[in-house]
Amino acid sequence: MSAADQQGGRPGGLPVLLPFALPKDDAAARLRPTHSWLLTGLALVALPAWAQGGAASLSPLEVVIKWAPLLLTGFAFNVAISLMAMAIGTVAGIGLGLAMLAEGRILPRLAWCTTQVFRNVPWLVLLFFVMFLVPFQITVFGIPVPLPDWLKATFGFSLPVMANVAEIVRGAVRSVPNTQWEAAESLAFTRRQTLWRIILPQCAKRMLPPWMNVYSLIAMATVQASIVGVTEMLTLTAQVHAAEGGRPELFAPLYGFALLCFFLYCYPIDRFTAALERRFETR
Amino acid sequence: MTRATLAATPSPSWTADQPIVRVSDVHKSFGSFEVLKGISFDVRKGEVVCIIGPSGSGKSTLIRCINALVPVTAGSIQVEGIDVTDPRLDKLALRRKVGMVFQQYNLFPHKTALQNVMMAPIHVLGQDRREVESRARALLAKVRLAGKENAYPGELSGGQQQRVAIARSLAMRPDVMLFDEVTAALDPETVKEVLVTIRELAEEGMTCMLVTHEMNFARDVADHIYFTDRGVIVEHGPPETFFASARDERTRRFLSQVL
Repeated sequence: MSAADQQGGRPGGLPVLLPFALPKDDAAARLRPTHSWLLTGLALVALPAWAQGGAASLSPLEVVIKWAPLLLTGFAFNVAISLMAMAIGTVAGIGLGLAMLAEGRILPRLAWCTTQVFRNVPWLVLLFFVMFLVPFQITVFGIPVPLPDWLKATFGFSLPVMANVAEIVRGAVRSVPNTQWEAAESLAFTRRQTLWRIILPQCAKRMLPPWMNVYSLIAMATVQASIVGVTEMLTLTAQVHAAEGGRPELFAPLYGFALLCFFLYCYPIDRFTAALERRFETR
Repeated sequence: MTRATLAATPSPSWTADQPIVRVSDVHKSFGSFEVLKGISFDVRKGEVVCIIGPSGSGKSTLIRCINALVPVTAGSIQVEGIDVTDPRLDKLALRRKVGMVFQQYNLFPHKTALQNVMMAPIHVLGQDRREVESRARALLAKVRLAGKENAYPGELSGGQQQRVAIARSLAMRPDVMLFDEVTAALDPETVKEVLVTIRELAEEGMTCMLVTHEMNFARDVADHIYFTDRGVIVEHGPPETFFASARDERTRRFLSQVL
């Protein structure tokens, strides 16, 4: 699922962190084969605006084509943030979910409260908290480690992922019939062995569709990072718009382009999730 | 719960001439509802005991108390001298000695028949995989499922699944086997194959406790029959006398309904 690889311009690292320079090869030529129909769609959006614009400046379509490589680099950055947030959030969420299922009194309650808090607050508020409470640099063993904005945003997004994944894990484990626990218990399996060897393998399948759902949501939510100043696609779109003189007729094509990118990325994930759900249902 | 403690739990006080299972004055309540109201009996090594009685009479609860799946409210249960009702009970040590087969088979659906049988000896007892595998294959052959080693539970009939479940329990080499209405969920034509397996087990000298509705089977294989109703043992005896001359009115009524 690596749109980053297909669209990310330069390989390796996070290109958007580098100072911006227009790619040397012809952007339009590079885009045309894969994105022609997409651009046709954009042209339809842009046409009325262009009609008003006059011939002196670039047409909206030309503007989009001209800036597409930069905007796509920004989009690749959104994808990268979402993937990292998902990875961190999934690992933390599995831990939190298992903590909710643990024996004892304190740990499950603590985990439950954590889950509820991070599940029931706006993601943007969480993002603000992380952005403004986490310092821009931390010191580990005397070495200063910078924490750039995009990294903090990634942490910010991984918090709701964690809470949602925790809830998915808990729900899936609870959905396994109690008789499986009994059977394992009567065979002298410990609770931990039962969970890891018998219960979790059975519900991994059940967890996949809701987990992908969370990913789809987080991928779309990454644009919120623009509000806290992370240079992702939406930020770049605004900057491009300003660079082109802030012409009103460019609003629709430029933001339409961002819209299309996200749609084309998330829609297949959504369809795939639905297909998986159907498949698991019939079994 | 290390393997070392498991291995170090022979019960010094118990010898084979004493009852292998001792149930004394066991009470069990769920909330305010008392399911067991003072049950006492002994099972000797190699004995086959059937517990019969109407639904809701506490039979399943009783058998679950014996391997500590259900904690008792009062009274005591000893298995090979291990006090099951002791709060510090080493449950794993107990469950190594007591195998259990359930009404709904409860096989692990993501594992093949062979893997179902192999899992506990490998992961709980830490036995050698190759040795366990050959034993598991032999056990599956014994329950007449040779050739089904790689089938998943979903691909097997109820009777076949139940026989895998029996093999899975036997793989732990228990001293006592508990059967909780193991044929109740089966199609009539597959009941027999499961009963044949249990009978063979009994004939080999395995101590068996069965909760069952199969009266003819109970008459055939049991050494002793207990009839429970509303949480007490109403009547008991060897099958010959039990079926021929039940004294209690409740027993007679029950037998006339099921026979």
